[in-house]
Amino acid sequence: MAAYTINVNGKEHTVDVLEDTPLLWVIRDELQMKGTKFGCGKALCGACTVHLDGTAVRSCSLPISVVADSEITTIEGLASGDRLHPVQEAWAEHNVPQCGYCQPGQIMSATALLSQNSSPSDDDIDAAMSGNLCRCGTYTRIKAAIKTAAKK
Amino acid sequence: MISTLLANKNKKVNRRDFLKVSSLGTTGLMLSMYIPVLGCGNDNPSAAFTPNVYLEINEKGDVTIIAHRSDMGQGVRTSLPMIVAEELEADWSRVSIRQAIGNEKYGDQNTDGSYSIRMFYEPMRKAGATARMLLEKAASEQWNAPLSECKAQNHLVVHDPSGKKLSFGELALPASKLSIPDNYVTEPKLKNPKDFKYIGSETQMLDLQDIVTGKAIYGIDASTENAKVAVIMRCPVVGGKARSFNYTEARKINGVLEVFEIEGAGIPPQLNKPLGGIVVVANNTWAAMKGRDALSVTWDFGPNADYDSVQHQDALIKELGKKGTARREHGMVKRTFDNSNNKIIETTYRAPYYAHGTIEPPCATSKIENGKCHIWAPTQHPQFARDAVADALGMEKNDVIVNVTLLGGGFGRKSKPDYVVEAAVIAKETGHPIRLLWTREDDVHHDFYHAISAQNIKVAINKNNKVVGWYHKTAFPSIGATSDASVIEPTDAEMGLGAAGLPYDIPALCLESLPAQSSTRIGWVRSVSNIHHVFAIGSMVDAIALARNMDPAENLLDLLGTDRSLQFEDVKAEAVWNYGEKLEDFPFETARLRKVIEEVVKKTDWGKSLPKGRAQGIFAHRSFLTYVACVVEVEVDSSGNITIPEVHYAVDCGVVVNRDRVVSQFEGGAIFATSLALNSEITYKNGRVQQNNFDGYQMARMPQSPQNIYVHIMESDEKPTGVGEPPVPPFIPALCNAIFKATGQRVTQLPVDLNN
Ligand code: FES
Ligand code: FES
Repeated sequence: MAAYTINVNGKEHTVDVLEDTPLLWVIRDELQMKGTKFGCGKALCGACTVHLDGTAVRSCSLPISVVADSEITTIEGLASGDRLHPVQEAWAEHNVPQCGYCQPGQIMSATALLSQNSSPSDDDIDAAMSGNLCRCGTYTRIKAAIKTAAKK
Repeated sequence: MISTLLANKNKKVNRRDFLKVSSLGTTGLMLSMYIPVLGCGNDNPSAAFTPNVYLEINEKGDVTIIAHRSDMGQGVRTSLPMIVAEELEADWSRVSIRQAIGNEKYGDQNTDGSYSIRMFYEPMRKAGATARMLLEKAASEQWNAPLSECKAQNHLVVHDPSGKKLSFGELALPASKLSIPDNYVTEPKLKNPKDFKYIGSETQMLDLQDIVTGKAIYGIDASTENAKVAVIMRCPVVGGKARSFNYTEARKINGVLEVFEIEGAGIPPQLNKPLGGIVVVANNTWAAMKGRDALSVTWDFGPNADYDSVQHQDALIKELGKKGTARREHGMVKRTFDNSNNKIIETTYRAPYYAHGTIEPPCATSKIENGKCHIWAPTQHPQFARDAVADALGMEKNDVIVNVTLLGGGFGRKSKPDYVVEAAVIAKETGHPIRLLWTREDDVHHDFYHAISAQNIKVAINKNNKVVGWYHKTAFPSIGATSDASVIEPTDAEMGLGAAGLPYDIPALCLESLPAQSSTRIGWVRSVSNIHHVFAIGSMVDAIALARNMDPAENLLDLLGTDRSLQFEDVKAEAVWNYGEKLEDFPFETARLRKVIEEVVKKTDWGKSLPKGRAQGIFAHRSFLTYVACVVEVEVDSSGNITIPEVHYAVDCGVVVNRDRVVSQFEGGAIFATSLALNSEITYKNGRVQQNNFDGYQMARMPQSPQNIYVHIMESDEKPTGVGEPPVPPFIPALCNAIFKATGQRVTQLPVDLNN
């Protein structure tokens, strides 16, 4: 066990966990923030996607020991107060979610894409989003929502 | 649906409390659907007005509608309440939803078989209408005015002549004091559909905002104070058992609390019992997982230790050479196929095991306190879960409270409560509240799979280019075998899922099943046996078009024949499986199938010229009482890579409740079917599933998925039918037929591999 201080959504937290604990389980079990989801534990589905210094990463496969000095953003940190992030707004406009379970991860991947590429092509979107599985099959709406968000 | 069939056979229901609305047993088991008599009251004491179990109004006028069925993305938490609100004349913005626990008083809660809307459209309308009539009656008494002058509209009751108004909040208490006239419950006055404002609209899902902000609570998020985390190491072979295990290393992991064994059902594995295994309980998820990795277990793998799915499928193909059990037959079958003047075409089809792959794996939270067991679970079937837990713990049913969370996908997996029982048993054993988690590997290795299958279809075409004979043989392990090892052939319901309901006008027809043993847990996956049956039938229909030198769409319409209502008197069962409904209530009208075919042909510009490597394929099918035609356009490049630029569906599902959720079910269904056709497969060697996670068990990602999906909904005032499963079956052959047109390669095995 070791103590780590991490910055999540602009707030510092100190946790005492096993060194190899994936960031995902620190967020979910220790910080009790449940928006970031578990789907595979092997960086194969994207359900656990968060931002590490602005880049989309799979938190299930990142040990806490390597992220301690970074700024982490989760789905809970995307909106400012009651104002949704433009990507979340676009998601609502297009009624993207079905079960919704994969959507926090999808939204985190989409926001990271748009912060690096403000008008992505279809191929750019495919490339950035192909690590995020959606078993309900919302991909067509995800793509449409990303294009809408790009215009915001 | 199937789960009802299998689970409810011994269920005792108090008939005074419940109105039995439908029962049809085609397998000797009863499919029992119970809907509460409306007006039997609600037990929330804080609400002013509770005219029935589905609805409460408080003195502020806030309306709470009880969602008694599980939401897994189909939007039922929104669509059923829309129906109540419609008849209630409620203002949708004043409506909130509370999820029901598992209890018969809500009627059928088994969210499966695409029947929520079909079964509850009427009852929900009546629930809303009864309440509206009582509010109007209360207003008329307050005003001392004739009832006919008092009309509910948009959360108020208005006195027409004077313009006086009373709000629902003001009327809640007076309405609650009225005794409910019988006819208000049995024959309430329903709205004229032309006045509908919610039914047929595009209404946003109630949980949408919570989902996009990460606040929505799924099974995996449910928590209770001091809960410990449990994971289980299950035997890799179904029916196996630990011979011995060593937990010394596991106990050294910081945070691991307990290691012990729980019992499984053995063989048959059952739908509602755990597989058994070694449980690791820890303070947190990571410690539990690490503890499990550190276990060393010696297994007795049991009788399935050398099960091999490739060999099994080969053996099933051999079986197809034999005469099977006739399940439907008419005409001179032997004579037709012996007639040397007839052209015979024949193909054998293979389809694999499939896993559900819900992105939220099975999981459940359980707490036992003061003689009650509280469960929070993403379950499609809370009453089945409650009964299974009560049985496992030796408790009374009413002492088990199953709270239903949102489901991170269901597709049939989460109607089996094995994982809920696991959580409860571990909570009892340890005395701690328990959060049980399945890892993805657990899910891929230990699912209730869609059955592996082999089929053969032979068709006879006479000299006049007419199809005169159809001979279909199907072999696959039955879902029934998961509960009863003596079941070695598909049930009538499984035969009815896509095979026995063949709608074509063919003079000689035979459908046979052949025996197939089960060596794993077979369950139902979105559209069930329709998946393999319709793959084979739809592919063969396209081959018929080629043999007859006809356009595939014209061939399809020609096979369908003249418009008629099908009776299926030739089925070797009490009746054809009609998804739990009587044929007279939900007839099979070939005209409705014809019309969706014509619609999709029109909408896709069927037969348009396309560049090389690109082609359209078509199929149409009625499943779950909904009529669907599908055209898939594929592009196949020179190395055999398949992309899907466009899909069109034409759909007749009767009255539409929430248009947007009908469309989204079809979009998602097309993508689900893409996975089944192109990506997914579970195989066994040495009794073990060979895939481990989403690397081995592949599902369609964005680039492989259809790029544009168009859904054309037929205007209809027929009774509403479901849309969760119907998108899947016709898509698969439509895709395979398009691949044939584009490449000349006929797909006879799923998943498609053009390099094989
Ligand atoms: S849970 Fe991290 S990628 Fe799947
Ligand atoms: S919305 Fe259900 S998995 Fe994506």
